[in-house]
Amino acid sequence: MSKDILVGDHFLSGDVAAAEGAIAAGCRFFAGYPITPSSEVAERMARRLPEVGGIFIQMEDELASMAAILGASWGGRKAMTATSGPGFSLMMENYGLGIMTETPVVIVNVQRAGPSTGLPTLLGQGDVMQARWGTHGSYQAIALSPESPQECFDMTIKAFNLAERFRQPVILLMDESVGHLFERVTIPPKEEIEIVNRKILKDKNRKIYEPDEDLVPPMPPIGEGFGIHVTGLTHDERGYPSINAETQERMIGRINDKIRKYADEIVDYEEFMVDDAEVIVVAYGITARSARRAVIMARENGIKAGLFRLKVIWPFPSKRLEELSDREFVVAEVNNGQALVEVERAIKKRAVFVGKMGGEPHKPQEILKGIEEAVK
Amino acid sequence: MARLELQIGGFGGQGVILAGLVIARALSLYDKKEAVFTQAYGPEARGGASSSGVVIDDERVDYPYPLNPDILVIMSQEAYSTYFPRLKEGGTLIIEKNLVKMDKVPEKVGEFHSIPATKIAEELGNRIVANIIMVGFITKTTGIVSKESAKRAVLEMVPAKVRDLNEKAFETGYSYEEG
Amino acid sequence: MSIIKADTHPLDRYLRTERLPHVWCPGCGIGTVLGAYLRAMEKIGMDPEKSIMVSGIGCTGRAAGYVRMDSFHTTHGRAIPFAVGLKAARPDLNVTVFSGDGDLFAIGGNHIIHAARRNANITVVAINNFTYGMTGGQLAPTTPETGITTTSPYGNVESPFNLAGLIAVAGASYVARWTSLHVRRLEKSLEKALKKRGFSFVEVLSQCPTAYGRRNRMRDPVDTLKYFQKYAVVKNHVNPLEGVIEPNKPFVVGEFLDAPEEPTFEDKLWELTKAEFLHTSQAERSEWIIEHRRHLEVLSRIISGKGGEE
Repeated sequence: MSKDILVGDHFLSGDVAAAEGAIAAGCRFFAGYPITPSSEVAERMARRLPEVGGIFIQMEDELASMAAILGASWGGRKAMTATSGPGFSLMMENYGLGIMTETPVVIVNVQRAGPSTGLPTLLGQGDVMQARWGTHGSYQAIALSPESPQECFDMTIKAFNLAERFRQPVILLMDESVGHLFERVTIPPKEEIEIVNRKILKDKNRKIYEPDEDLVPPMPPIGEGFGIHVTGLTHDERGYPSINAETQERMIGRINDKIRKYADEIVDYEEFMVDDAEVIVVAYGITARSARRAVIMARENGIKAGLFRLKVIWPFPSKRLEELSDREFVVAEVNNGQALVEVERAIKKRAVFVGKMGGEPHKPQEILKGIEEAVK
Repeated sequence: MARLELQIGGFGGQGVILAGLVIARALSLYDKKEAVFTQAYGPEARGGASSSGVVIDDERVDYPYPLNPDILVIMSQEAYSTYFPRLKEGGTLIIEKNLVKMDKVPEKVGEFHSIPATKIAEELGNRIVANIIMVGFITKTTGIVSKESAKRAVLEMVPAKVRDLNEKAFETGYSYEEG
Repeated sequence: MSIIKADTHPLDRYLRTERLPHVWCPGCGIGTVLGAYLRAMEKIGMDPEKSIMVSGIGCTGRAAGYVRMDSFHTTHGRAIPFAVGLKAARPDLNVTVFSGDGDLFAIGGNHIIHAARRNANITVVAINNFTYGMTGGQLAPTTPETGITTTSPYGNVESPFNLAGLIAVAGASYVARWTSLHVRRLEKSLEKALKKRGFSFVEVLSQCPTAYGRRNRMRDPVDTLKYFQKYAVVKNHVNPLEGVIEPNKPFVVGEFLDAPEEPTFEDKLWELTKAEFLHTSQAERSEWIIEHRRHLEVLSRIISGKGGEE
């Protein structure tokens, strides 16, 4: 059996499943810094990467980890890091460099409760807006949110595929509960796993940031005489610094548009009993599992409830939510109302908010109360 | 079988996490049930209170944590105080006989079992296997997991050099006769 | 003396001539150092197609934008970890970090000591102009005591880092210091640094007439060069801990450390991926690790001038 894809059924935590997903996706470089509750991702990668010819480095901090994976990605390797709240904050600067230089990497953030050190070992979902807006400037974010170890596996592959396709850092926005719970993970054979690899620039005379029709420029290889220059400064199609409003408009416009243009393809959600629902709960990650139970309980009590689960948080599925806006809405998340802002913007009215500051997931009963309030 | 919740509580170092993980793994991989394993995770995980939860269902488990355990396994007095109130009305209570003291079995308990797992473990040569004795005992008394699956999971999850000891521990717990 | 006029420069093939003129001020020393670097590359026959330059932010950080090789202009302080990641992923490429003192030792200080500790096989050229030039001349961790900067208007009360000493004890394989006046010796030193397997570090003291010099009685670039001429004492293999720089006092330039080559960080990372390493016992793996360890005790004897032998 090949070492890179451990075909078969396994009983894994979400953290470990994400690491296996990365390896299955072709990730061969990991740089990270230990932080609860994401350390198991690094520990699994440390053990597994050498077995598949990959490189693992425990860097001196998260600033370095993020910088190192960008360097490795330009070196032609699929690269990833994993972290949690405080480390995610430290990564924001070079997350921006990744966006600006169009570097495909995956950042796993196993969310814990903050701000600051907060509850290191306990659940939070407060990094939703940080994933969207955490680094300065104008850009589009891609963030996925798994609710189970199986999805941690599947979505890490998907995160790499999106990163490679769009040449952009992609965030896997896990949470402590999903990261630490164990469940069956079925790893399919290689031929059933869809893998997307970056387009490689072949023509040495072509400008390195000249996009194709999909607005994504093919990525030049290094060490082959292209003589590329890559900078975090605003740059023209040659990659050279060009410090003026016109280049900013054109280049930053494009790195936004390359995501916007395909946002409908990236958006992903699950609708559970939504068809005839009079009230819809929007949730993601571990909260979606509480919400699913709450929806079933509500149905047992005669309330037509449904669950709208965000599998991709960014880009946000505003279009679909707008279509459903004749229903009542509940938003449940372990923060003070982050996805809530986007939901209310899409449905153009208020939703019932069931938030928690962190430390534990919602009891289904708590979300049920929100559902009951919404139909009142 | 509808949703069924098992919770194992004790203090850190007793191996209640491994006990839950073994049962959940056996259910998920070998009995082909839908099973989720969770644990109380924190700095208190060593020495302080420690607990693991297994939720079983025919369909995919939604909420993964025990709410009102159908089966509660208790290996310390502190865990008894913490978790007993959550036991479902008519649920099963299993205790470590020498580590949990109670005047009489409370009324809401539907089924009651006890085993001096730590003492048996010491007799087998290492108190560290008390948790696996408990796994054997849970397997026998509750029937939630098949014996073959549970044993296979035990053997997979313990280090090779203590496999025999753990096998013996499992069998001893499984065949323990309550006096 | 006659003036030679030419349309081309001998180093043109290493430069993105289309990007010239550069951003550096008249009289700045960075160009002098970059020239020495490129000549050293040429001299040892280092293939520019297989060479990478990584820089951070600041005046020196702009160097990556002018060299005709694959080059990365990263974020402030993070050139080193970017380079470490790149080199680990692609050990076949020559990787140089070319950046300034503030970038490498203030905001990036943690990274450089760890890269040296790991013996990452990269070369770091640190141009030390005692200040933050790009942002208008603020206090740097290298500003000499009493130095006037925009954020130390009454004179610097902090003590500067001794960069050579710091990097030597952190575990570098090669450490040297020169100035923008000692161009030929600098060039020779850079040749050695580039050829060295392991972490090599060359500090180059350089003039910044615009931001630092004019506030410190060295308005003319030549004033700083004259200062270097007056106070620099060329001496090789001095204990790098004695490389302290004090205002208006002699300071040492030269090669502080040229340690015997030892396995690099990348050698070890890649060894881990080999079946013959992975599929042995832990005892054998530990044995390999010990066999390929860095001999820090030898290094410390060399640093302290006691020689490499017992």
